[in-house]
Amino acid sequence: MLQVRSLSVRYRGRSVLEDVSLNLMPGELVGLIGPNGAGKSTLIKALLGLVPIESGRISLRGQPLHRLRQHVAYVPQRSQIDWDYPIVVQRVVMMALTRRLGWWRSPDAAAHQAARSAMEQMQIWDLRDRPIGSLSGGQQQRVFLARAIAQAADVFLFDEPFTGIDKQTELVLLNLFAELRSRGHLVLVCSHEWGSALERYDRLLLLNRSLLADDRPQAVMTLENIRRAYGENTQLIDRRSSLESIIAC
Amino acid sequence: MGLGVKTIEARWGVFEDGWLDWLLTPLQYEFVRHAIAIGAIIGMICPMVGSYLIVLRMSLLGDVIAHAVMPGLAIANALRIDLSIGAFCSGMCSTFVIAWIRQQSRVRVDAAMTLTFSTFFGLGIALISLLKTQLDLEGFLFGDILNVTGDDLLHAVVVGGAIAIAIKLHYKELLFYTFDPLGAEAAGLPVQLLHYGLMAGVTLAIITSMKVVGVILAIAMLVGPAVTASLLVKELHTMMLVGAGLGVLSAIGGMYFSFYWNLPSGAAIALVIFSLFLLALLFSPSQGILTRRRLGHRE
Repeated sequence: MLQVRSLSVRYRGRSVLEDVSLNLMPGELVGLIGPNGAGKSTLIKALLGLVPIESGRISLRGQPLHRLRQHVAYVPQRSQIDWDYPIVVQRVVMMALTRRLGWWRSPDAAAHQAARSAMEQMQIWDLRDRPIGSLSGGQQQRVFLARAIAQAADVFLFDEPFTGIDKQTELVLLNLFAELRSRGHLVLVCSHEWGSALERYDRLLLLNRSLLADDRPQAVMTLENIRRAYGENTQLIDRRSSLESIIAC
Repeated sequence: MGLGVKTIEARWGVFEDGWLDWLLTPLQYEFVRHAIAIGAIIGMICPMVGSYLIVLRMSLLGDVIAHAVMPGLAIANALRIDLSIGAFCSGMCSTFVIAWIRQQSRVRVDAAMTLTFSTFFGLGIALISLLKTQLDLEGFLFGDILNVTGDDLLHAVVVGGAIAIAIKLHYKELLFYTFDPLGAEAAGLPVQLLHYGLMAGVTLAIITSMKVVGVILAIAMLVGPAVTASLLVKELHTMMLVGAGLGVLSAIGGMYFSFYWNLPSGAAIALVIFSLFLLALLFSPSQGILTRRRLGHRE
């Protein structure tokens, strides 16, 4: 479905990604992990066409991805958003329809209905007229999830979605992942999670400039792989379960 | 430059005849009618584009462009072409330079803006000296309200109308871009085009404001009423509409103060803008200092 072939990205003269190749399938929940500065966000941005590619090719269903951008939904990191911006919830969700409506059309009844149904699914319909700055961290995250749903995309890219959210939103997020996966959508999550949380993914991509491992979570999270990604000082605290207890120094 | 009724007697004599006379007397003069009309137009358009600068946290960009029009004015004056064309090209050029510095380096945006505006302003002064142009520097810096012509008014109406129509037509795209630039780009919106379209709007609004308040105080009109509006409302479009209302009020109020107290119009308008901001800061239903305290006591 989503193919990346020999992707290399340079940023201000520095190599950020080197020769990354991937083949992600519909209905997969994929976790993208690696140390800070490993190029996780850059890979997400490259998939979205937000950074210039030095070499390589990204395609969705055999076509260059930049031609199918409306099929890719993106949930940004919380830190990328100005939460003091004067905007209410439903206008953020309506942004999902901007491209589909085109330059000259205002949102029609169908667009309003798509936004409403996404807001209801994310349990934020009652908050639709609230400024986003007045919401809790979890509610804010659900606004962006609703925006991604309203876009009716095939590929969903999440940039650190578990940062700064409450338990209710975490459950909503996990349910959404399960639902998107069951509908045959591809879900790629850039994450700083550790331990058993990583078992929720079908596949893990371990990245540090190049792709170090691409397999099931248990197969990826070996001490050898972790040391390759995070350095030789990485230690296992508890050898009974590598997923529970790896720390990076 | 003030509108200037010369004597205190005349000033207060008119006031004592009643409010209506106080309001109508300045309107007997054609230059005052022109000044008030153009003031009202810039009062409307500046807060509309200024709202975008505020939400982008780039309010100082207005100041940069205002200073950066100088070289264009000097060159246009030397070549005897329309000053507005020179000012527009020069102002836009400064936004390209800032974007280029940001793309090519880790230099922070505030540093890039400061460097750019001081360089353009310096270049403007140097060009005026080198080209020996007869540019009315004082009028350019502080406004030249006494010489607003019918053509200036027509120009302001056309520019204001074009900006308002462009914002109305592309509100949803501009909202997306200014709120979540990465998301907008990921969705396939032409963010560069939106950015420079916005910069063109800001530059045009500043050039139109030059005659009334001068380039130095154009930033007050761009940012002031919109900031005041942001204390009163919760959405961008209402911020623009309330800002436009406050802008018109500030421009007309400033003109009257200028007329009766013989103050420079730009200075009078800037002071009215700040007074309105202060009132909103104190009494805004949601964010006012006094209102907030009262609500706090109730709780």
